[in-house]
Amino acid sequence: MINYIPREFDIVRDRERCIDCGCCVRQCGFDCHYFDDDGKTVVADSTRCVACHRCVDLCPTGALSIRKHVCDYKDNANWTPRIQQEICRQAATGGVLLSAMGNPREYPIYWDKILLNASQVTNPSIDPLREPMEIRTILGRKPEKLTAVKKGKSQTEMPPQVMLETPIMFSAMSFGSISLNAQKTLAIAAKNLGTLFNTGEGGLHPELSDWSDYAVVQVASGRFGVHKEYLNNSKFIEIKIGQGAKPGIGGHLPGEKVTVEVSNARMIPEGSDAISPAPHHDIYSIEDLRQLIWSLKQATNNEKPISVKIAAVHNIAAIASGVARAGADIVVIDGYRGGTGAAPTRIRDNVGIPIELALAAADQRLRDESIRSRVSLVAAGSFRCSSDIVKAIALGADACYVASAPLIAMGCHMCQKCNTGICNWGIATQRPELTRRLNPEIAHERVENLINAWNHEIKEIMGGMGINSVDSLRGNRLMLRGIGLSDKELEILGIKHAGE
Amino acid sequence: MLKEGQVRIPSGCAIAAIIDKKGERINGSEIIKSIALMHDRSNGLGGGFAAYGIYPEHANDYAFHVFYDSAQSRKECEDFLFKHFNVDVSEKIPTRKTEKIGLGPDIWRYFALPNKVRMSESRLDEEEYTAQCVTHINTSIDGAFVFSSGKNMGCFKAVGYPEDVGEFYMLDQYEAYLWTAHGRFPTNTPGWWGGAHPFNILDWSIVHNGEISSYDANRRYIEQFGYKCTNQTDTEVITYLFDHLIRHHGLPIDVAADVLTAPEWDEIDNMPAEKKEYFTNLRAIYSGALVNGPFSVILGSNKGLLAINDRLKLRSLTAAVKGNRAYFASEESAIRIVCPDPDEVWSVSGSEPVFIPLELDEKEGSAK
Repeated sequence: MINYIPREFDIVRDRERCIDCGCCVRQCGFDCHYFDDDGKTVVADSTRCVACHRCVDLCPTGALSIRKHVCDYKDNANWTPRIQQEICRQAATGGVLLSAMGNPREYPIYWDKILLNASQVTNPSIDPLREPMEIRTILGRKPEKLTAVKKGKSQTEMPPQVMLETPIMFSAMSFGSISLNAQKTLAIAAKNLGTLFNTGEGGLHPELSDWSDYAVVQVASGRFGVHKEYLNNSKFIEIKIGQGAKPGIGGHLPGEKVTVEVSNARMIPEGSDAISPAPHHDIYSIEDLRQLIWSLKQATNNEKPISVKIAAVHNIAAIASGVARAGADIVVIDGYRGGTGAAPTRIRDNVGIPIELALAAADQRLRDESIRSRVSLVAAGSFRCSSDIVKAIALGADACYVASAPLIAMGCHMCQKCNTGICNWGIATQRPELTRRLNPEIAHERVENLINAWNHEIKEIMGGMGINSVDSLRGNRLMLRGIGLSDKELEILGIKHAGE
Repeated sequence: MLKEGQVRIPSGCAIAAIIDKKGERINGSEIIKSIALMHDRSNGLGGGFAAYGIYPEHANDYAFHVFYDSAQSRKECEDFLFKHFNVDVSEKIPTRKTEKIGLGPDIWRYFALPNKVRMSESRLDEEEYTAQCVTHINTSIDGAFVFSSGKNMGCFKAVGYPEDVGEFYMLDQYEAYLWTAHGRFPTNTPGWWGGAHPFNILDWSIVHNGEISSYDANRRYIEQFGYKCTNQTDTEVITYLFDHLIRHHGLPIDVAADVLTAPEWDEIDNMPAEKKEYFTNLRAIYSGALVNGPFSVILGSNKGLLAINDRLKLRSLTAAVKGNRAYFASEESAIRIVCPDPDEVWSVSGSEPVFIPLELDEKEGSAK
């Protein structure tokens, strides 16, 4: 059918290099490549190409490349090609536009408008190769004060704490939205790195029970896979109220992704749509959240910290404070760039606020209310590199959640087609012929390498600042300067402008 | 140019201290001699002293030392002070004319006790009431700055080299059982008298050498609890940390020192169970109070003297003991010039605080 939309990419095959081996034919889940009628010559249908690069990266002779298909529209700053194409897609289907991964639009990325400090003369920088450089991070509710009548002996009753060897955790991605192999990759990496992965709202697959000490288990509005063992097989429990990619709306895992295994983990019939309602139907206000937190603590004998994940929306500071006062031990804020397996495009691209501003506002609000030191604050929503994380911690985060970056380490190329259930890299799919492409035993090393590299960089940056413990970086906003930001933006971020 | 309080000004320094733990009093000329030897460690933009046990005749009164920029600021401050306190004595602090100290503010001293009616209305205890009144003056009354507010103790500071500041304030006329001294090397300052060290609140006074890299983490931590870092200096924030931990949280002074200079995780992980739990809890609860970057700090109080050094030992600090007396200084020579043959001399190591308690005879009051 003619859909009035030109193709996005051109698959370019260098015929001199191509040996017609058919590798690309086997690799492409979108069926772009196929053997011509002669059964020997490989040809391609570029209209289906999503630029996932699976064929390019695996082609043994390097014969393939992908180019953006050029098809100019008449210039119009208002009716851009993207807008026109979206209208055509809706005209053809009558449906809500769906997208995957985080908001890709050209909103300001504040991380790129914040610069870091370093020591000169008056204060020595510290060499992380010669001196200890601490990035260990402890999450959980803290008592008001230490109880100790004499040095060396604590008589403090500590609520449950979670000790991480890096301020970086893997954020929630459910089994169903990603493959078991992808989850297992993160689980192995989390264990080896001394951090945590997050089950999302998909239950804990029995094969992952060995890694339950490294798991954050989520309780979301659909309550999929939630039972007593699930709650207790965890390091902490996360109540998901909202997600940065789609604040205010629920989730929908289409029935075709609900395989036998997914149905078992989620405790729903095979092939049925898994629909997470927009609100929790037992949480219509803050006092209800308090009850759910209390119930989960009861179910786990008060041994697990409870976190509450909220999307960064306009009134985030007050909401974060309410959540902390409702008893959350850890408050997670997910910014509008946060990734997703599927979200309505209009929501993803237009709802919510940047994590930088949300984090700064919430951290300051909790301090104004004298409760910041009692709770942990975790930021999520697109951390692309170690310096983003350093900036987030300096703004006030205890730790950061990352998901897209480790997925990229596993092979993801941000083609943003997770919602199709086809993922040539074996990540966001349940098709066995695709999921087996991702070998957790190999992939975990790439993820660990990535986080270890970031850890090294974080230590190097801290050393340059003359700081040897992440505790002294947390909330240390004097280490940040804005560049090209308005007075209002600087005021919300609580930082000075470069040169001040 | 912006002065302290409007901008954060890092500085290097020299520090020195002498304590007689039995409370025998020492003339101010001793500490001047010690700090003067380290002349080159300061640049003439600030010097100061804290002395404990100098006002035995007013031992139970708060001794407020105040800088005034104008008669108007004095009037405003005194209106406030006389309303909130019963002031026993109000006088100019005696100074000696010396050309080495330039023109400065008017310097006044008040011996006072809180107005009981106002204090009970405020529902605060005596110390909190006094601390809040001092904070109010320093943040709300333009041109007035209370730079000393303890009992039976006083700070003396000015823009100049420390030995000249000592001469200016006639410290050879004072006897104290605990002295601390500071010579300042700010990297950028117009030289504001209030910005010199020691920094003081109630009984606590701090002299400090270094530039802490955790400043803003510490500031934002402590400002949660009603403190306002008006000076934007390291000494101020460290003083507030100690005040908060000891006065509000009731921690023993050496536990508070552990909070600021907690050992590294590598060490903690290998400690015996009880100690490991202690430090793990301490670091988890007080991560915002960990002080980082190079520093040596001497904390004076009527409880005694505490010396701490940064975790990596990036700043020098030497200690010595002779009989009932203990000496501290940035350089060993500054100790030997006043105590040539100490019983013991050592370099204070990182994350191992040294605390010399005052063992005053209760019956004789707070000082001999």
